[in-house]
Amino acid sequence: MHELGVVFHVIKMVEEVARENDLTQVESVTLELGEVSGVIDSYLENCWNWAVKKQEKLLREADLIIETIPAVTYCEDCQNLYGTIEHGKICPRCKSPHTYLQQGNEFRIKEISAC
Amino acid sequence: MKEFKVIEVKRSILEDNDADAAKLREELKAQGTFLLNLMSSPGAGKTTMLKRVISMLGDELKIGIMEADIDSDVDAQAIAEAGARSIQLHTGGMCHLDAAMTRQGILEFGAEDLDLVVLENVGNLVCPAEFDTGACRNAMILSVPEGDDKPLKYPLMFSVCDVVLINKIDVLPYFDFDMEKCKEYIQMRNPKAKIIPISARTGEGFMEWTQWLREEAAAWTK
Repeated sequence: MHELGVVFHVIKMVEEVARENDLTQVESVTLELGEVSGVIDSYLENCWNWAVKKQEKLLREADLIIETIPAVTYCEDCQNLYGTIEHGKICPRCKSPHTYLQQGNEFRIKEISAC
Repeated sequence: MKEFKVIEVKRSILEDNDADAAKLREELKAQGTFLLNLMSSPGAGKTTMLKRVISMLGDELKIGIMEADIDSDVDAQAIAEAGARSIQLHTGGMCHLDAAMTRQGILEFGAEDLDLVVLENVGNLVCPAEFDTGACRNAMILSVPEGDDKPLKYPLMFSVCDVVLINKIDVLPYFDFDMEKCKEYIQMRNPKAKIIPISARTGEGFMEWTQWLREEAAAWTK
Protein backbone atom coordinates (compact mmCIF):
# COMPACT_ATOMS: atom_id res chain seq x y z
CA MET A 1 0.00 0.00 0.00
CA HIS A 2 2.91 2.34 0.48
CA GLU A 3 5.12 1.22 -2.40
CA LEU A 4 6.10 4.72 -3.49
CA GLY A 5 7.21 5.60 0.02
CA VAL A 6 9.40 2.52 0.32
CA VAL A 7 10.89 3.09 -3.14
CA PHE A 8 12.33 6.34 -1.78
CA HIS A 9 13.79 4.41 1.15
CA VAL A 10 15.41 1.96 -1.31
CA ILE A 11 16.81 4.81 -3.42
CA LYS A 12 18.27 6.50 -0.34
CA MET A 13 19.93 3.27 0.74
CA VAL A 14 21.38 2.57 -2.73
CA GLU A 15 22.76 6.11 -2.82
CA GLU A 16 24.54 5.45 0.46
CA VAL A 17 26.04 2.20 -0.79
CA ALA A 18 27.13 4.02 -3.96
CA ARG A 19 28.91 6.71 -1.93
CA GLU A 20 30.68 4.14 0.23
CA ASN A 21 31.88 2.24 -2.85
CA ASP A 22 32.53 5.15 -5.23
CA LEU A 23 29.97 3.94 -7.76
CA THR A 24 28.78 6.12 -10.63
CA GLN A 25 26.17 3.97 -12.34
CA VAL A 26 23.82 1.32 -11.05
CA GLU A 27 22.73 -1.35 -13.51
CA SER A 28 20.31 -3.20 -11.24
CA VAL A 29 19.10 -3.49 -7.66
CA THR A 30 18.04 -6.90 -6.35
CA LEU A 31 15.46 -6.98 -3.56
CA GLU A 32 14.38 -9.89 -1.42
CA LEU A 33 10.68 -9.53 -0.80
CA GLY A 34 8.67 -11.76 1.54
CA GLU A 35 5.24 -12.91 0.40
CA VAL A 36 3.58 -11.27 3.42
CA SER A 37 5.77 -8.16 3.60
CA GLY A 38 2.75 -6.09 2.60
CA VAL A 39 4.49 -4.85 -0.53
CA ILE A 40 3.06 -5.79 -3.93
CA ASP A 41 5.85 -6.48 -6.44
CA SER A 42 4.06 -5.17 -9.55
CA TYR A 43 3.19 -1.87 -7.81
CA LEU A 44 6.74 -1.65 -6.53
CA GLU A 45 8.10 -2.04 -10.07
CA ASN A 46 5.78 0.67 -11.40
CA CYS A 47 6.79 3.08 -8.66
CA TRP A 48 10.45 2.22 -9.18
CA ASN A 49 10.33 2.85 -12.93
CA TRP A 50 8.69 6.21 -12.35
CA ALA A 51 11.00 7.27 -9.50
CA VAL A 52 14.37 6.38 -11.06
CA LYS A 53 13.62 8.53 -14.12
CA LYS A 54 13.64 11.54 -11.78
CA GLN A 55 17.04 10.61 -10.34
CA GLU A 56 20.57 11.60 -11.23
CA LYS A 57 22.67 9.53 -13.60
CA LEU A 58 23.58 7.07 -10.84
CA LEU A 59 20.14 5.45 -10.83
CA ARG A 60 18.38 6.59 -13.99
CA GLU A 61 18.92 3.33 -15.88
CA ALA A 62 18.70 0.98 -12.91
CA ASP A 63 16.48 -2.10 -13.19
CA LEU A 64 14.68 -3.55 -10.23
CA ILE A 65 14.96 -7.31 -9.72
CA ILE A 66 12.65 -8.89 -7.15
CA GLU A 67 13.29 -12.28 -5.54
CA THR A 68 10.28 -13.60 -3.66
CA ILE A 69 10.68 -15.33 -0.30
CA PRO A 70 7.79 -17.70 0.49
CA ALA A 71 5.90 -17.11 3.75
CA VAL A 72 6.22 -19.99 6.22
CA THR A 73 4.59 -20.22 9.64
CA TYR A 74 5.78 -22.43 12.52
CA CYS A 75 3.39 -24.09 14.97
CA GLU A 76 4.76 -24.13 18.54
CA ASP A 77 2.37 -26.88 19.60
CA CYS A 78 3.00 -29.53 16.94
CA GLN A 79 6.25 -28.21 15.39
CA ASN A 80 4.57 -28.12 11.99
CA LEU A 81 5.80 -25.79 9.25
CA TYR A 82 3.12 -24.68 6.82
CA GLY A 83 2.38 -22.11 4.09
CA THR A 84 1.14 -18.86 5.64
CA ILE A 85 -0.74 -17.70 2.54
CA GLU A 86 -2.86 -20.86 2.36
CA HIS A 87 -3.54 -21.38 6.07
CA GLY A 88 -2.98 -18.09 7.92
CA LYS A 89 -2.52 -17.92 11.68
CA ILE A 90 -4.17 -21.23 12.65
CA CYS A 91 -2.13 -24.45 12.24
CA PRO A 92 -3.88 -26.65 9.65
CA ARG A 93 -2.65 -29.86 11.36
CA CYS A 94 -3.49 -29.33 15.04
CA LYS A 95 -5.68 -26.19 14.79
CA SER A 96 -3.49 -24.37 17.33
CA PRO A 97 -3.32 -20.54 17.27
CA HIS A 98 0.15 -20.62 18.90
CA THR A 99 2.06 -20.00 15.74
CA TYR A 100 4.55 -17.45 14.49
CA LEU A 101 5.85 -16.36 11.12
CA GLN A 102 9.21 -17.97 10.46
CA GLN A 103 9.93 -16.19 7.20
CA GLY A 104 8.05 -14.12 4.65
CA ASN A 105 8.02 -10.54 5.94
CA GLU A 106 11.49 -9.73 4.58
CA PHE A 107 12.05 -6.56 2.66
CA ARG A 108 15.71 -6.01 2.05
CA ILE A 109 18.25 -5.13 -0.58
CA LYS A 110 20.20 -8.26 -1.44
CA GLU A 111 22.74 -6.78 -3.82
CA ILE A 112 23.32 -4.17 -6.46
CA SER A 113 25.15 -4.41 -9.75
CA ALA A 114 27.04 -1.21 -10.50
CA CYS A 115 30.23 0.37 -11.71
CA MET B 1 31.95 -1.54 -22.44
CA LYS B 2 31.22 -0.85 -18.79
CA GLU B 3 32.28 -3.39 -16.23
CA PHE B 4 29.50 -3.89 -13.72
CA LYS B 5 30.30 -5.61 -10.46
CA VAL B 6 27.93 -7.08 -7.93
CA ILE B 7 28.01 -5.60 -4.45
CA GLU B 8 26.36 -7.59 -1.70
CA VAL B 9 24.23 -5.31 0.48
CA LYS B 10 21.95 -7.54 2.61
CA ARG B 11 20.30 -4.66 4.41
CA SER B 12 16.70 -4.34 5.47
CA ILE B 13 14.95 -1.41 3.75
CA LEU B 14 13.50 -0.18 7.01
CA GLU B 15 16.84 -0.38 8.85
CA ASP B 16 17.51 3.33 8.26
CA ASN B 17 14.06 4.24 9.48
CA ASP B 18 14.47 2.07 12.57
CA ALA B 19 17.80 3.78 13.32
CA ASP B 20 16.23 7.22 12.79
CA ALA B 21 13.38 6.28 15.09
CA ALA B 22 15.72 5.09 17.86
CA LYS B 23 17.68 8.36 17.60
CA LEU B 24 14.52 10.45 17.81
CA ARG B 25 13.46 8.57 20.96
CA GLU B 26 16.83 9.38 22.55
CA GLU B 27 16.42 13.07 21.70
CA LEU B 28 12.89 13.09 23.13
CA LYS B 29 14.14 11.43 26.30
CA ALA B 30 16.88 14.05 26.63
CA GLN B 31 14.48 16.97 26.24
CA GLY B 32 11.83 15.39 28.48
CA THR B 33 9.02 15.09 25.96
CA PHE B 34 6.73 12.06 25.82
CA LEU B 35 5.60 11.40 22.24
CA LEU B 36 2.57 9.20 21.70
CA ASN B 37 1.84 7.84 18.23
CA LEU B 38 -1.94 7.64 17.86
CA MET B 39 -3.37 5.53 15.05
CA SER B 40 -6.91 4.69 13.94
CA SER B 41 -9.30 4.54 11.03
CA PRO B 42 -10.82 7.84 9.94
CA GLY B 43 -13.79 8.65 12.15
CA ALA B 44 -12.78 6.53 15.15
CA GLY B 45 -12.83 9.64 17.33
CA LYS B 46 -9.20 10.77 17.65
CA THR B 47 -9.99 14.48 17.86
CA THR B 48 -12.93 14.16 20.26
CA MET B 49 -10.83 11.90 22.50
CA LEU B 50 -7.91 14.36 22.45
CA LYS B 51 -10.13 17.33 23.31
CA ARG B 52 -11.28 15.53 26.44
CA VAL B 53 -7.71 14.54 27.38
CA ILE B 54 -6.59 18.16 26.97
CA SER B 55 -9.39 19.39 29.23
CA MET B 56 -8.50 16.77 31.88
CA LEU B 57 -4.68 16.95 31.78
CA GLY B 58 -4.13 20.47 30.44
CA ASP B 59 -3.46 21.94 33.91
CA GLU B 60 -0.74 19.45 34.83
CA LEU B 61 0.97 18.75 31.46
CA LYS B 62 1.89 21.02 28.58
CA ILE B 63 0.29 19.26 25.62
CA GLY B 64 0.89 19.57 21.89
CA ILE B 65 -0.83 17.82 18.98
CA MET B 66 0.81 17.06 15.62
CA GLU B 67 -1.76 16.29 12.95
CA ALA B 68 -0.80 14.20 9.97
CA ASP B 69 -4.11 13.76 8.27
CA ILE B 70 -4.09 15.10 4.76
CA ASP B 71 -6.34 18.06 5.41
CA SER B 72 -7.44 18.72 8.93
CA ASP B 73 -7.76 22.45 9.55
CA VAL B 74 -11.03 21.70 11.28
CA ASP B 75 -9.25 19.42 13.74
CA ALA B 76 -6.50 21.97 14.36
CA GLN B 77 -9.09 24.58 15.23
CA ALA B 78 -10.93 22.23 17.58
CA ILE B 79 -7.65 21.42 19.36
CA ALA B 80 -6.75 25.11 19.70
CA GLU B 81 -10.16 25.81 21.21
CA ALA B 82 -9.60 23.00 23.72
CA GLY B 83 -6.43 24.78 24.83
CA ALA B 84 -3.45 22.96 23.33
CA ARG B 85 -0.92 23.86 20.68
CA SER B 86 -1.15 22.05 17.39
CA ILE B 87 0.75 21.79 14.14
CA GLN B 88 -0.19 20.35 10.76
CA LEU B 89 2.39 17.98 9.26
CA HIS B 90 2.80 17.74 5.54
CA THR B 91 2.80 14.12 4.49
CA GLY B 92 2.55 14.98 0.80
CA GLY B 93 -0.35 12.58 0.41
CA MET B 94 1.65 9.68 1.87
CA CYS B 95 -0.23 6.90 3.60
CA HIS B 96 1.95 6.89 6.71
CA LEU B 97 4.55 8.86 8.66
CA ASP B 98 8.13 7.71 9.05
CA ALA B 99 10.71 8.76 11.62
CA ALA B 100 12.28 11.46 9.41
CA MET B 101 8.91 13.17 8.87
CA THR B 102 8.14 12.94 12.57
CA ARG B 103 11.48 14.51 13.52
CA GLN B 104 10.88 17.36 11.09
CA GLY B 105 7.48 17.92 12.70
CA ILE B 106 8.97 17.92 16.21
CA LEU B 107 11.61 20.47 15.14
CA GLU B 108 9.10 22.78 13.43
CA PHE B 109 6.80 22.48 16.40
CA GLY B 110 9.48 23.56 18.86
CA ALA B 111 8.40 20.82 21.28
CA GLU B 112 11.19 21.34 23.87
CA ASP B 113 8.87 22.85 26.44
CA LEU B 114 6.07 20.31 25.92
CA ASP B 115 5.55 17.34 28.27
CA LEU B 116 3.17 15.34 26.09
CA VAL B 117 2.99 15.42 22.30
CA VAL B 118 0.42 13.32 20.48
CA LEU B 119 1.12 12.45 16.88
CA GLU B 120 -2.19 11.93 15.09
CA ASN B 121 -1.01 9.53 12.41
CA VAL B 122 -2.71 9.17 9.01
CA GLY B 123 -6.16 7.59 9.37
CA ASN B 124 -5.46 4.06 8.17
CA LEU B 125 -4.97 0.70 9.92
CA VAL B 126 -2.37 -0.69 7.53
CA CYS B 127 0.59 1.50 6.61
CA PRO B 128 1.21 3.44 9.84
CA ALA B 129 1.80 0.11 11.62
CA GLU B 130 4.74 -0.72 9.35
CA PHE B 131 6.89 2.31 10.17
CA ASP B 132 8.41 3.16 13.52
CA THR B 133 7.82 6.91 13.93
CA GLY B 134 10.22 7.31 16.83
CA ALA B 135 7.36 7.76 19.29
CA CYS B 136 7.81 6.59 22.88
CA ARG B 137 4.57 4.56 22.89
CA ASN B 138 2.01 3.48 20.30
CA ALA B 139 -1.72 3.75 20.82
CA MET B 140 -4.69 3.08 18.62
CA ILE B 141 -8.41 3.72 18.76
CA LEU B 142 -10.88 1.14 17.57
CA SER B 143 -14.46 2.35 17.66
CA VAL B 144 -17.50 0.15 18.27
CA PRO B 145 -19.16 0.77 14.86
CA GLU B 146 -16.04 -0.58 13.11
CA GLY B 147 -16.70 -4.06 14.49
CA ASP B 148 -15.09 -6.49 16.94
CA ASP B 149 -13.33 -8.43 14.18
CA LYS B 150 -10.82 -5.69 13.31
CA PRO B 151 -7.93 -7.25 15.28
CA LEU B 152 -8.27 -10.28 12.99
CA LYS B 153 -8.25 -8.17 9.85
CA TYR B 154 -5.42 -5.79 10.77
CA PRO B 155 -3.20 -7.97 12.99
CA LEU B 156 -0.01 -5.91 12.60
CA MET B 157 -1.69 -2.72 13.82
CA PHE B 158 -2.86 -4.45 16.99
CA SER B 159 0.48 -6.16 17.56
CA VAL B 160 2.51 -2.91 17.58
CA CYS B 161 0.28 -1.04 20.06
CA ASP B 162 1.02 -0.59 23.76
CA VAL B 163 -2.53 0.51 24.40
CA VAL B 164 -5.79 -0.05 22.50
CA LEU B 165 -8.71 2.26 23.24
CA ILE B 166 -12.13 0.92 22.35
CA ASN B 167 -14.13 4.09 21.77
CA LYS B 168 -17.84 4.89 21.45
CA ILE B 169 -18.92 2.35 24.09
CA ASP B 170 -21.98 4.57 24.65
CA VAL B 171 -23.44 3.14 21.43
CA LEU B 172 -22.74 -0.53 22.30
CA PRO B 173 -26.47 -1.39 22.68
CA TYR B 174 -27.03 -0.54 19.01
CA PHE B 175 -24.27 -2.66 17.51
CA ASP B 176 -23.45 -6.36 17.37
CA PHE B 177 -20.11 -5.68 19.00
CA ASP B 178 -18.89 -8.39 21.36
CA MET B 179 -16.51 -6.67 23.80
CA GLU B 180 -15.14 -9.92 25.25
CA LYS B 181 -14.50 -11.40 21.80
CA CYS B 182 -12.78 -8.20 20.73
CA LYS B 183 -10.48 -8.26 23.79
CA GLU B 184 -9.71 -11.91 23.12
CA TYR B 185 -8.80 -11.15 19.49
CA ILE B 186 -6.51 -8.31 20.58
CA GLN B 187 -4.82 -10.48 23.21
CA MET B 188 -4.27 -13.22 20.65
CA ARG B 189 -2.19 -10.77 18.61
CA ASN B 190 -0.64 -8.91 21.49
CA PRO B 191 -0.85 -10.28 25.02
CA LYS B 192 0.92 -7.17 26.40
CA ALA B 193 -1.53 -4.60 25.01
CA LYS B 194 -3.48 -2.63 27.57
CA ILE B 195 -7.14 -2.39 26.55
CA ILE B 196 -9.27 0.51 27.79
CA PRO B 197 -12.93 0.86 26.75
CA ILE B 198 -13.87 4.55 26.58
CA SER B 199 -16.52 6.95 25.37
CA ALA B 200 -15.07 10.24 24.20
CA ARG B 201 -18.63 11.60 24.17
CA THR B 202 -19.64 10.76 27.75
CA GLY B 203 -16.17 10.57 29.33
CA GLU B 204 -16.53 6.97 30.51
CA GLY B 205 -13.16 5.22 30.92
CA PHE B 206 -11.20 8.49 30.86
CA MET B 207 -10.01 8.23 34.47
CA GLU B 208 -8.13 5.04 33.54
CA TRP B 209 -6.95 6.39 30.18
CA THR B 210 -5.61 9.70 31.52
CA GLN B 211 -3.99 7.83 34.42
CA TRP B 212 -2.14 5.63 31.89
CA LEU B 213 -0.95 8.73 30.03
CA ARG B 214 0.08 10.47 33.24
CA GLU B 215 2.11 7.46 34.43
CA GLU B 216 3.75 6.73 31.08
CA ALA B 217 4.69 10.38 30.56
CA ALA B 218 6.09 10.62 34.10
CA ALA B 219 8.11 7.41 33.68
CA TRP B 220 9.49 8.63 30.34
CA THR B 221 10.51 12.10 31.47
CA LYS B 222 11.89 11.01 34.84
